[in-house]
Amino acid sequence: MPLLGSKNYDYLNKPVPRVDALDKVLGRAQYAADLKFPQMLYGGMLRSGLSHAKVAKIDVAKAKAMDGVFEVLTYGDLKKAKSWANYMYITDTVRYVGDVVAIVAAETPEIVQDALKAIQVEYQELPGVYTIEEALAKDAPLVHEGAPDNIFKESHFPVRKGDVEKGFAQCEVIIEREYHTQYIEHAYIEPEACVAVPDPIDGTMTVFSSSQNPYFTRRYVADILQCGMHKVRIVQQTLGGSFGGKEEGVGLIAGRAAILAQKTGRPVKIALTREESILESSKRHPFRLKYKIGATREGKIMALEAELVDNSGAYNNQTQFMNFRAAVHTAGVYEIPNVKVDVVGVFTNNIHSGAMRGYSSPQIIFAQEQLIEELAEELGMNPIEFRKLNALKTGSLTATSQELVEPVILEEMIDTLVQKTEYSKKREAYKNQSGPKKRGIGIATCFRGCGFGAESVDASGATVTALEDGTVIINSGLVENGQGLKTAYSQIAAEVLGVPVERIHFIGVDTHSIADCGMTVASRGTVMGSQAMKKAAGELKEILKKTAAEMLNTHVDKVDIKDGVYFEVPNPKNKVFFSDVCNKQLWSGRQMSVFAWYEPKNLNYDHHTGQGNAFPTYSFGCVVAEVEVDTETGYVDVLNVAAGHDVGTAVNPALIKGQIYGGIAMGMGFAITEEVEVNKGKVGTLNLDTYIIPTSMDMPQMSTLIFECDDKEGTYGAKSLGEPATEAVGAAIANAIYNATGRRIRQLPADLEKVLLGKSLRGGGK
Amino acid sequence: MEKIKVNMKVNSKPVTVEVKPYARLLDVLREELGLTGTKEGCGIGECGACTVIIDGENVNSCLVLAASMEGKEITTIEGMAKDGRLHPLQDAFIRHNALQCGFCTPGLLMSAKAFLDKNQNPTREDIKVGISGNLCRCTGYEQVVDAIEEVANKND
Repeated sequence: MPLLGSKNYDYLNKPVPRVDALDKVLGRAQYAADLKFPQMLYGGMLRSGLSHAKVAKIDVAKAKAMDGVFEVLTYGDLKKAKSWANYMYITDTVRYVGDVVAIVAAETPEIVQDALKAIQVEYQELPGVYTIEEALAKDAPLVHEGAPDNIFKESHFPVRKGDVEKGFAQCEVIIEREYHTQYIEHAYIEPEACVAVPDPIDGTMTVFSSSQNPYFTRRYVADILQCGMHKVRIVQQTLGGSFGGKEEGVGLIAGRAAILAQKTGRPVKIALTREESILESSKRHPFRLKYKIGATREGKIMALEAELVDNSGAYNNQTQFMNFRAAVHTAGVYEIPNVKVDVVGVFTNNIHSGAMRGYSSPQIIFAQEQLIEELAEELGMNPIEFRKLNALKTGSLTATSQELVEPVILEEMIDTLVQKTEYSKKREAYKNQSGPKKRGIGIATCFRGCGFGAESVDASGATVTALEDGTVIINSGLVENGQGLKTAYSQIAAEVLGVPVERIHFIGVDTHSIADCGMTVASRGTVMGSQAMKKAAGELKEILKKTAAEMLNTHVDKVDIKDGVYFEVPNPKNKVFFSDVCNKQLWSGRQMSVFAWYEPKNLNYDHHTGQGNAFPTYSFGCVVAEVEVDTETGYVDVLNVAAGHDVGTAVNPALIKGQIYGGIAMGMGFAITEEVEVNKGKVGTLNLDTYIIPTSMDMPQMSTLIFECDDKEGTYGAKSLGEPATEAVGAAIANAIYNATGRRIRQLPADLEKVLLGKSLRGGGK
Repeated sequence: MEKIKVNMKVNSKPVTVEVKPYARLLDVLREELGLTGTKEGCGIGECGACTVIIDGENVNSCLVLAASMEGKEITTIEGMAKDGRLHPLQDAFIRHNALQCGFCTPGLLMSAKAFLDKNQNPTREDIKVGISGNLCRCTGYEQVVDAIEEVANKND
């Protein structure tokens, strides 16, 4: 299937404007920190600032006695709460610098700060471990008593395909390489915030929050209040970006605000500063990736062995789920008969790692797509030809021995990108440059399992309700994070119902309004989450059609709808408005609303061997980057990035482009400027003056190539894009730097020191 | 603590507020005047989410003391649409999909407006420089620049 454009839909495939755009350009969209309630107090946290310690003594008497202070709580006040993140709302055991030892509610933010300063804490400091190597060293201090050798056992995922020993025996060229990646901050522009509002009559606690996953937040609030979940209502406010970051951290602040609200009987707002946000939120896991790969002289890859260790930091935020995805994708987009992969996380006394756009893929692709070029070079082969020779094709078996039954258009994508960017010509030309500034071009390919796959339950529900005037309200437990889910879901409902998008309104999540539909993560919102929306809209359409048939005085099989007008198929002049049908439906006492549930098919995957069908289908990507490296300073200027993505069906091309451009920016930051610097657990980059994300001036020339195909798995054939948009960019830039300088970057980021000196002058000189 | 009386114009309306000497303009706009379209993203003048226009200049309101605003004319995002009609930049942002999560959008619109009010025929590079004080983590800025460029070209 070629580039975007050959599918035939009424409302999909069109650059429909975002349904939430007007509120956002007018500045009237309400984010959590914008809310205000009568009698509202402000909450704040006292953080340890130490990486590993026990609280020996804590004295809050002075703080409690201050004017305007309404409550001060310490660990001892929360005996029964367990938390859902294995780190606590308040703790007496400090495992990283952001751990909270006391919380305060007071009348103004200034009084909160004064009260926090008045709390006296004595700590007993403990030795800590900070790097993967330190964590795994013999007799290393333990971060968690339940995790011997600091290994997070539940996060170990293997893949065993064929026999790597036999495979390597058939290889004429074998290379071994090691790569490292860094801590990355989500850097959403909105810091986390929430307001907890107690209802003194029925005891319900409502929390208005910047939650990526409101149902996840609800668990924390019910836990800390020790109440039934039916007494907790989470309303997601307009979310100022998340990228995987507003999950556990927002659960914790919502829990803290809720307990303070319960104790004081007044609404409590907690809004994090940027510094607190960087301390409290999870980070993209740093990985150490050790690879061994071999091929025959003809260039057929016969075996791959990999050991991936990720630094979970002090707590396990999803390492145990993420490493499944890592294991499945470690071998990249190549068909390799013998594969042995082990992925495991270790605990350290650093900031904790968690979900971040890609969920292990940017790290793996950075290593894997350089590895493949390093092997091609050893073989003396062209990297494009080498890739295509080994690339996954329709019918190929992946590393988990899953047969790819849906169309794989990777080779076509590679050819298109190579041609449009003049990759081959430029790559040759850039090998022979003089002068201090050298250009380079690099390519990277990637694939991604769509949705949760065998990682978790990919079920979801949706409600579609017709109103008597012909407008429609839709709802889902999946949420708008800024990605455009409300718009995509409105388009999908419009396509099914045959009514214009403007008539459809998406409510947004209030956990009292619809069932838990799982988390809005894993690029699953459109591909899997909207299956229930399609189903519900489809059922409602059939129900309404019966009334339409009566009004048209014809048989129901002869009724169709377009642009909000029902008509008789052989006689389109016999027509009736959707609104008139809805009105009649109501006053006839007939069903106006459908709730539908979608259950995904069973995939049959064995987590002990890493074999089986890991995901329902896969999306593919190919990125070409061109850089200019100043070899006198080490500065890497990214000049051009072309990104090709197979999205199955492009639900909204304008939103897709937005995802791709934003993904390029984030991938660029990952490659060259971004690193959350930690020194014995202390974070050196606590705000956006030291943690450097790309500005408009840093952005390269960008071009997007949207590919479609006929995939049967996702909603209307759509496939994942949010994470694919960023995952291969870093690898393409790394390959481009090599083309320019002849030196491999095996440790990210490719900052001045690493590009100029080949090592970092900080953090132990890696 | 003694408060300072400040007379200023906010979105074309005269406003008098009494502020603490250390109060930031950002907080006065958000907390006293209820203009929450101006956002706080970093508090140190790096992200630009709190950008407002003061006497024609785009300024990070987190770095401005409210007490220094005597006689100043301030425009916030709430003052951008006039008489129920969107400013051309707001309209272009919608049509070009120049926003995602929207948190940086008010600040970006403020910077874009201040920039176009002073620059008649900017190049694409000029526009990128003009909005470089506003960080966005979602869009990669491309559709933002497209939107501003379109409005700039219409001004010709």
